Amino acid sequence: MKTSDDEAAVMSGGRSIALAQFEAAEGRRARWILVLRLLVGISFLAFWEFASGRLIDKLFISSASAVFTRLGKWVMDGTLVNHLSITLYATMWGFLIGSFVGFVLGLLFGRFRALAEVLDPFITALYSIPKIALAPLFIIWFGIGIESKVAVSASIVFFVVFLNTYAGVRDVNPLFINAIRIMGGSQWHVLRQVIMPSATSWVITGLKVSVPYALVGTVIGEFMSSNRGIGFLISQATGLFDTTSVFSGLIVLSIVGAIFNQGLGRLETFFLRWR
Amino acid sequence: MSISVQVQGVEKRYVRRDRETVALAPVDLTISKGDFVAFVGPSGCGKSTLLNMIAGIIEPSAGEILHEGQIVHGVNKRVGYMTQTDSVLPWRTVYENIELPLTFRPFSAAQRRERVEAMMKAVDLSGFADSFPNELSGGMRKRVALAQVLVYEPGTLLMDEPFGALDAQLKLMMQRRLLDIWEETGKTVIFVTHDLSEAVTLAQRVVVFSGRPGQIKAIEQINIPFPRDPFKVRFEPEFQASYERLWSILAPEIAKGEDI
Repeated sequence: MKTSDDEAAVMSGGRSIALAQFEAAEGRRARWILVLRLLVGISFLAFWEFASGRLIDKLFISSASAVFTRLGKWVMDGTLVNHLSITLYATMWGFLIGSFVGFVLGLLFGRFRALAEVLDPFITALYSIPKIALAPLFIIWFGIGIESKVAVSASIVFFVVFLNTYAGVRDVNPLFINAIRIMGGSQWHVLRQVIMPSATSWVITGLKVSVPYALVGTVIGEFMSSNRGIGFLISQATGLFDTTSVFSGLIVLSIVGAIFNQGLGRLETFFLRWR
Repeated sequence: MSISVQVQGVEKRYVRRDRETVALAPVDLTISKGDFVAFVGPSGCGKSTLLNMIAGIIEPSAGEILHEGQIVHGVNKRVGYMTQTDSVLPWRTVYENIELPLTFRPFSAAQRRERVEAMMKAVDLSGFADSFPNELSGGMRKRVALAQVLVYEPGTLLMDEPFGALDAQLKLMMQRRLLDIWEETGKTVIFVTHDLSEAVTLAQRVVVFSGRPGQIKAIEQINIPFPRDPFKVRFEPEFQASYERLWSILAPEIAKGEDI
């Protein structure tokens, strides 16, 4: 018995004129967006350069040219690598530790309702503490080295990933769980084949949101007390009213954040390719 | 003929908003191996509840269910279970979905491949091995779900309005496919539906449930010979007679449901 009920709709592989036109229109749109983005960026820099010293005192806003000259100098003399490497290193560890612990606890809480109910008020209480307020404590505990920055960063990342994973696990369709159990799957199979993939989109959203937070955590730690890192560079420059360096540091941070987000966006498309 | 499912004094009560409701009053039912039985009744009559208890997803409040001679306690892994919203995992390809139940059992990779490929051929899905369910039409997804529950060869199929969401043509085609499989393999099928003509088309016996509290009101034999063609069977006089007989039993129950 051969049914050809609706394969045709799926198998229509031929490229039509309408499709080509659609793709061309999409391409034009994408190019336009790019051009407009560049225009906005360039206008901003031009206005900054113009306003500096004319509308606003150079002391407050430095100037675009000075900042980019400073950035160039940092790249050449190794300042950038020296400070950025330590910041990235702390951010990476904070992100890894925070997201791992957050993910595991999120899974546990999602699976064991009793555990979640018992610990819920404590988690909420901890969540309400501004993590910045923990930074001095972490410095007492872990010293002024990289460990305290990792701790600040991890404590922020933890909550974001934990809450997202928890929500993701609770969002799993119970029908899938029952179906897998009847098919012969164990609790482990349910976790591995249903809960984890189903929670992926939530977890990835959590990870995406937490990457900038990891960076923020590290930089806050560096502000408080340190002798290396982009945060240290910025706070030192602030003390000296060196706004050129402050802006240079900020630009480095924003570029790093943007690159991270791009990478995670790619990861997301890969993991959620079934959508 | 040996017994597949034996339901003995099974009852289900729920406590909801401080009130106990009886979803299913004590029922008894025996289903022989190889039977095709349909459960029909108004919504809230406990037909799905009974099916889910046979599947072991919910525990009876009283009484017990024997399946293939063993008391059902906890999830029943000797059945295939298919519902209206399909349980095909959207993050696995067609191939991976059909293979899934086999990975829970001691099959070698070669055995798995052989079985999955045979199954994909049987449901006309060869060539779609690497497609994700979201790339398929509703009818094709249903066939993946069917392959998924057949591939590990359970002796009993529990189906809860499996073709409910399909359009009329596809529904008939899936019914024909199911009948072919049933006649070929001799599986026991318990098929829950609210569609009376679907029940008459497919089943040898139709169990009519009445609502609030749910209980079995009648069990009717459908004497249409097999093989049946779902596209034509409705024009047979026996179909008309069975349909009218069942409708006369069911109609007051549905009217009762509307009053509540």
